Amino acid sequence: MAQAVFTAGKTREWSAPRWRPRQATLLAFALLAPSLLFLALFTYWPVLQVLWQSVHGQLRVGGPQAYVGPLNFIKLFADPAFRKALGNNLIYALGTVIPSLVLALGFAMALVRSSRVNALFRALFFLPVLIPLVAAASIFLFLFLPNVGLLDYHLAKLAISGTNWLGDPDIALGSIMVLTIWKNAGYYMLFFLAGLQAVPADAYEAAILDGAGPWQRLRYVTLPYLKPTIGFVLVIGLLNVVTQVDHVFVLTKGGPSDSTNLLLFYVYQQAVENYDAGRAAAGTLVMLALLLAVTASSLRTLERSFGERET
Amino acid sequence: MSLTGTAVSTGEITPRLGYAATLLIAALWMVPFLWMLVAAFNPDSTGAGMASLVPSYLPTLANFREAWASADFPRYGLNTTIISLGILAVQIVTITLAGYAFARLEFPGRALCFYLFLLQLMLAPVALIIPNLKTIASLGLYDTLLGIMAPYFASAFGTFLMRQAFKAVPRELEDAALIDGASVRQRIVHIYLPLARPSLIAFSIISLTSHWNEFLWPLMVINSPDLRPLTVGLAAFTRGAEGAQAWGVIAAGTLMVSAPLLIAFALFQRAFVNSFVSSGIK
Repeated sequence: MAQAVFTAGKTREWSAPRWRPRQATLLAFALLAPSLLFLALFTYWPVLQVLWQSVHGQLRVGGPQAYVGPLNFIKLFADPAFRKALGNNLIYALGTVIPSLVLALGFAMALVRSSRVNALFRALFFLPVLIPLVAAASIFLFLFLPNVGLLDYHLAKLAISGTNWLGDPDIALGSIMVLTIWKNAGYYMLFFLAGLQAVPADAYEAAILDGAGPWQRLRYVTLPYLKPTIGFVLVIGLLNVVTQVDHVFVLTKGGPSDSTNLLLFYVYQQAVENYDAGRAAAGTLVMLALLLAVTASSLRTLERSFGERET
Repeated sequence: MSLTGTAVSTGEITPRLGYAATLLIAALWMVPFLWMLVAAFNPDSTGAGMASLVPSYLPTLANFREAWASADFPRYGLNTTIISLGILAVQIVTITLAGYAFARLEFPGRALCFYLFLLQLMLAPVALIIPNLKTIASLGLYDTLLGIMAPYFASAFGTFLMRQAFKAVPRELEDAALIDGASVRQRIVHIYLPLARPSLIAFSIISLTSHWNEFLWPLMVINSPDLRPLTVGLAAFTRGAEGAQAWGVIAAGTLMVSAPLLIAFALFQRAFVNSFVSSGIK
């Protein structure tokens, strides 16, 4: 069908309007069809499916699916493991996004001048971004190993006694967060490096003439110029916090006692380990709501950067 | 967006102290990689000296041999290659066609279509793994490589990237080709695609790295061990070797899995950096 539309325009005059409206519409939908087909299958259909599933369930084991109203959500929020995962995800978000953002800004400001040395250090910070999260977790498994692991071994040399980094419920989430910060800071640094290009040199010169110190220059020159970049990185960071849990699989599997359980991992557990489709669907919807909330805040930016609003 | 030749090259934004701190943190940042290298070539894979960051041994490949023997890394590598290249190949077709439609055609429902695509950016595919697994199973694609690939065949990010690139192509070029009687397919292939090369490369790098590194979705779709991609294989392998406390072998396996992208980055640093900057939300 696409082929027919492709060749249909051949005999037509080329001058503007390029396409007769009906023809343009046919061609456009023929061109969009492959994408729309896959979007329908793997984006719209699954959303409809979780919406339906979230209000349906089996009233008895092995029974047929019946409408259960908000029961799945009530059970979901009554589940201490879910509440724990939600809370953890919040702590995880604050504890990874803000430090990575600050570090990334610091790295970018220190390394913005182009020199061979700086290029090398920028590359070093970027390396963790390139390896799979699973691979990073495999390395950190030994880093966090009690007693003989990298961290404890070197702490012992300083006469500091280590701890069970991944086994202690009070510390495990913090350890996971260290890995996340290490993995992502270099990625965010790229955006700040690009953002710093937009700060005019005159602005700094003027600030220096006015006697502004480094902190004042940061506060009144750099940060205002970087505002859009900061917002952008914040959105990406928050998306990552919801969608990336590979390291939890390798390092802790959500334990000990759910102290490192995150939303996506919880949903996975409900679906794959507990076969509770209703609760998994309800959990998925909570996750989708969070994602929408994060991206909706940047919808204007998205529209502008992808340009449907530019004309 | 080059990162060199900056306007702020006065050296004034960061005090010397900040620079020193950054270099210190950089050293700290390298410790996990350093350990991976030192441990991977350590002849003693399980001993107490594994935590040392200074190699005090004759390097051997024993850990690599053992990792190679206990997990089918060549097979995993092949699977990952098929998955990432397969996804990219289909994506290039879908995003090129859709990108052209958005860049050059006026049609009713255009704005609606734009938001339909945007929805994919807003609802990250990984959040939909549970319902998508059902779809994949009912399509008969459970436990197949195609099942891993299918949900990624359409890419809103890629479509918008191509749309931007196509819009920058001068209309006169297309008009000239039209006079010569070129079909839409010919115009896209011979005019638009060559001129959109930088965007295509940027998209390819993003797509390849993200699918090369993906874990959760393949973990759910694949059941047979010989269909595992590298990430799933590495996780299973790590679980086994962790029980045996074979840290050197884990380091060797991790190094093998991470090496291809690290080498690619070393070769094409600038292209990688530029494409990651453009990737923001994918």
